[in-house]
Amino acid sequence: MERIEQLRHTYLRHDKKFPHVWCPGCGNGIVLGSLIRAIDRLGLTQDEIVLASGIGCAGRMSVYADFNTLHATHGRALTFATGIKLARPELTLIAVMGDGDATGIGGNHFIHAARRNLNMTAIIINNQIYGMTGGQYSPTTPYGAHAATAVFGNLEHAFSIAELAVTAGASFVARGTVYHVPELDRLLEKGIAKNGFSVIEILSNCHTQFGRRNQMGDPVTMMRWLKEHAVPAVKAGDLAPESIEGKFTIGVLVDREKPDYLKEYERVRAEARQKAAEAKP
Amino acid sequence: MAKKKKEFEQHIFYDWCKACGLCVAFCPREVYGRDELGRPQVVNGEACIGCRFCEYHCPDFAITIKERGASGNGNGMGGER
Ligand SMILES: Cc1ncc(C[n+]2csc(CCOP(=O)(O)OP(=O)(O)O)c2C)c(N)n1
Ligand code: SF4
Ligand code: SF4
Ligand code: SF4
Repeated sequence: MERIEQLRHTYLRHDKKFPHVWCPGCGNGIVLGSLIRAIDRLGLTQDEIVLASGIGCAGRMSVYADFNTLHATHGRALTFATGIKLARPELTLIAVMGDGDATGIGGNHFIHAARRNLNMTAIIINNQIYGMTGGQYSPTTPYGAHAATAVFGNLEHAFSIAELAVTAGASFVARGTVYHVPELDRLLEKGIAKNGFSVIEILSNCHTQFGRRNQMGDPVTMMRWLKEHAVPAVKAGDLAPESIEGKFTIGVLVDREKPDYLKEYERVRAEARQKAAEAKP
Repeated sequence: MAKKKKEFEQHIFYDWCKACGLCVAFCPREVYGRDELGRPQVVNGEACIGCRFCEYHCPDFAITIKERGASGNGNGMGGER
């Protein structure tokens, strides 16, 4: 059997849940493929991983992957993941969320998780819309773009998720797309391996809800859009600002060392224990 | 001695294919045509260079590229392990 077939058999609930529910050509499946290859390269077993997801099309990923999985409530993948990490620090926590899930209803949890720096990985599939519920605009829908709730064009301005994560204090932040797949494999691998809070924002295609309303109604057209609008972060600084107007950077945006929350917490516990022991007559 | 050109086979698992057209549109060698349901058909298999673009981008895990005569380790990027 080819290695990739072995991975599908090992890491996917291939005999129960496939074909999956996502639309033909939806980038969510491409992200899932990238994720299992990254996990395989890191040599992690199924039992060492907890995949927590929220609600939405992206959130359905936990149904298809054969790890310890948790399909949490909308916007709360990170809060459930936080609880598990504190109780079972030896496990590798990965949270998968949509843009609405992570930065709309779960936006506050997201920025505070980044600030706290617990060792886990947040994967945010940014398709610029609420896909599952019918194409309402999300916090990442571009200004002027059309949505079910913005028929005259979106009046609000979009969050840049990766930049938001940098500012909020995440240890590792990267952006990739479902067009640039070999690069995405590497970004996921680095993010999961990083000791600290990692964020990987993945620009993806929801041609069904976003594309159709914005002259990109099929996956091929959206994929071309991703290809043409991505600028490698390492090059962006050398390019004229006009030439990257309306585009986005891909690659690693931040990789920095910060004290890991669990280590800090252990230190506090040790100090408290010692104090208590000393106080005993 | 000249190195023998590598040859690849494209295996499509039609039970999972949703005819999205990504593999057909992006294959750099036009290996695939489309059948009446829009699903990929191998029409030019020998031209395949084994880049695996189709395998990585198939959202439905329906494509496997096999190198002819290889031991079955070509998986998409796990090669050096
Ligand atoms: C508390 C709560 N509020 C609202 C919903 C309805 N709801 C389900 S998914 C979703 C948004 C999905 O968008 P996103 O998170 O971007 O994921 P996508 O479907 O695009 O992958 C909403 C609002 C819900 N399930 N729970
Ligand atoms: S609605 Fe959009 S995000 Fe959901 S499965 Fe379809 S293409 Fe993917
Ligand atoms: S591996 Fe590359 S060349 Fe071969 S069929 Fe797939 S996309 Fe085409
Ligand atoms: S990319 Fe996959 S699902 Fe889409 S047409 Fe090709 S084989 Fe079918």
